Amino acid sequence: MDFLTLIQVLDSTIRLATPLLLACLAGLYSERAGIFDIGLEGKMLAAAFFSAAVAAVTGSVWLGLLAGIAASLVLAGLHGLASITFRGNQLISGVAINFLAAGMTVLIAQDWFSQGGRTPSLMGGARFEPITLPFAEALSGVPILGPIYSELLSGHSILVYLAFAAVPLTWWVLFRTRFGLRLRAVGENPAAVDTAGVSVVGLRYAAVAICGVLCGIAGAYLATALQAGFVKDMTAGRGFIALAALIFAKWRPWHAMYACLLFGFLQAVALRYQNIDLGGIVIPVQVMDALPYILTVVILAGFVGKAIPPRAGGEPYVKER
Amino acid sequence: MDVMPKWADVVLIPLISLILAAILSALVIIGIGEDPVAAVKLMVQGALGSTYGWGYTLYYATNFMFTGLAVSVAFHARLFNIGGEGQAMLGGLGVAIACLYVPWPHWSLALIAATLAAALFGAAWAAIPAWLQARRGSHIVITTIMFNFIAAAVLNYVLVNLMRPQGSQDPASARFPDAVHLPTLHEMLAPVGIEFSKAAPANISLLVAIGACIFVWLLIWRTRLGYEIRAYGHSETGALYAGISAVRITMVAMLVSGGLAGMMAINNVMGEAERLVMNATEGAGFIGIAVALMGRSHPFGVFLAAILFGFLYQGGAELALWTTIPRELIVVIQALVILFTGALDNMVRMPLERLFLAMGRRQGAAQPAPLPAPTHPPSVERKDGREEP
Repeated sequence: MDFLTLIQVLDSTIRLATPLLLACLAGLYSERAGIFDIGLEGKMLAAAFFSAAVAAVTGSVWLGLLAGIAASLVLAGLHGLASITFRGNQLISGVAINFLAAGMTVLIAQDWFSQGGRTPSLMGGARFEPITLPFAEALSGVPILGPIYSELLSGHSILVYLAFAAVPLTWWVLFRTRFGLRLRAVGENPAAVDTAGVSVVGLRYAAVAICGVLCGIAGAYLATALQAGFVKDMTAGRGFIALAALIFAKWRPWHAMYACLLFGFLQAVALRYQNIDLGGIVIPVQVMDALPYILTVVILAGFVGKAIPPRAGGEPYVKER
Repeated sequence: MDVMPKWADVVLIPLISLILAAILSALVIIGIGEDPVAAVKLMVQGALGSTYGWGYTLYYATNFMFTGLAVSVAFHARLFNIGGEGQAMLGGLGVAIACLYVPWPHWSLALIAATLAAALFGAAWAAIPAWLQARRGSHIVITTIMFNFIAAAVLNYVLVNLMRPQGSQDPASARFPDAVHLPTLHEMLAPVGIEFSKAAPANISLLVAIGACIFVWLLIWRTRLGYEIRAYGHSETGALYAGISAVRITMVAMLVSGGLAGMMAINNVMGEAERLVMNATEGAGFIGIAVALMGRSHPFGVFLAAILFGFLYQGGAELALWTTIPRELIVVIQALVILFTGALDNMVRMPLERLFLAMGRRQGAAQPAPLPAPTHPPSVERKDGREEP
């Protein structure tokens, strides 16, 4: 593999890791507040459809992004209603949201566009265009560093930079602000937060809403930046890979970025090569497909450092009377 | 003291949930500019109006009985097995190996062997997440989700690289020999003079599925093991105090659950396709969740819910054929059923409990006040891991 190929694979790694990273951070906020969310996939899918649909109709990708976030927020609200207000099972609610999104997107897409559950292809202002970083052209001639800057770092859409900027921001919010302290506390010991006079319900709804916004951006990125339009089931399990990355990262923001880059790299390699020949041993492409899941199971099994979820995760909080 | 009579919990709440799901589905149909009454008529006509429709309805129902029972058994031990899809995929692999590589003289022998192979493969696929949950405390929901994806990759590899016949482009196994062809309902009912559609795929595995329902009922309510599973599901610490091993119950419940999910393959792989194809399960593993929730984890409830979903599936296919409503409508209905009977259960339950409480008070006021009943936790089946408020 020569240097340019490597740059290309890494470039595609960044593009494929972006939706994973956004969804992973979304799950991070939710699960740190004690709300398990296996509905990341559904929220992304709904956002992907509505962003593509609104962008296709209005011609404005920014309106599309807003619509995507709104759709994702509606589903997040439903999850909050089921798991916070009505103290239902968060996992079952997540499953329901995934199916709801999978069905409704195709149903509405067929009704609006009659193209077999897809939106028209997006063009021009209806897509996020790549941004060329300053001096990218001028520096492309510099050996090694030039291609890294102009090919690898430059030329992504704004959402990619947003996703990577969200990592330090998330770290700062969670570990350096009062809101973050309370958010983490509510995922570990909600009774203590309640005793301190802070609303458990309010904090958890806030976390679920942040999760909705980030999933919305992730879905919009899929449909309006990574690809040009919505197709049926286009998230293709990315919500679950993000969930896997979250566990892999043990619910920490910086590690979430590394995990998403790793899983994005695996996707990029699987996309580029069918079977990989490592000096006589051929690794079939299916191994690359399954590797994120296998790695997650290994991490969950605790053989390589134990992944311990927030202690109050998955449990509805009942105020004592 | 139980707030609600048992019938309200078993019949009324699922019924109200179902009605809510139906109303929302009707609104969805109106929203996309179709007539819900006409749609229901078309679905009933298509799914129940002919033996052909019944044949498909019962074929789907057979799948859902197996996966619904699988989810139910795990629910009784308060485990959420979301991996029915992967276990059913692996069950298909077991069926294919049993059918392709052994020359069976008669279908009945092949059916027994294939059932065992399917159950074995499904159980094996559930065993690793079960062991990880029991011994290492890894969350079973996450591991079974991961195992669904790993199963898809395994099946993809096996079909493309190992089982695909020479010269075939299609990622599928070879056709099973004629000797392992299972009798369809047409072939079973023709000798007794009942004319049943020849084209419909419903077959003898329907009887195996009904047998599985009875088996699960016996297991859960008539054996010591079933008692232990339910005890563990009600209270882990209580079960521990009674000397019930958490590891053993987790393993056994998940092995039975995985085996049942795997057994679905005798219907869709051996009975219908007669070869192993990619994505043979078509999401039936996930519908098992909806079926188990609706059937309140009781085998008879699962039986009824499976037929209801079989009807929805066949009806939905007919809708997609004759109207502009896509098949995905069924996915929406399925989501709404899971939402209302599972996640939003308390939304229906809380007002009902208040209603029954008020009714109980009025009765109590008319009669002389009864002695205060000893308090004990409500005997509601806590099948979904929900904490009682």
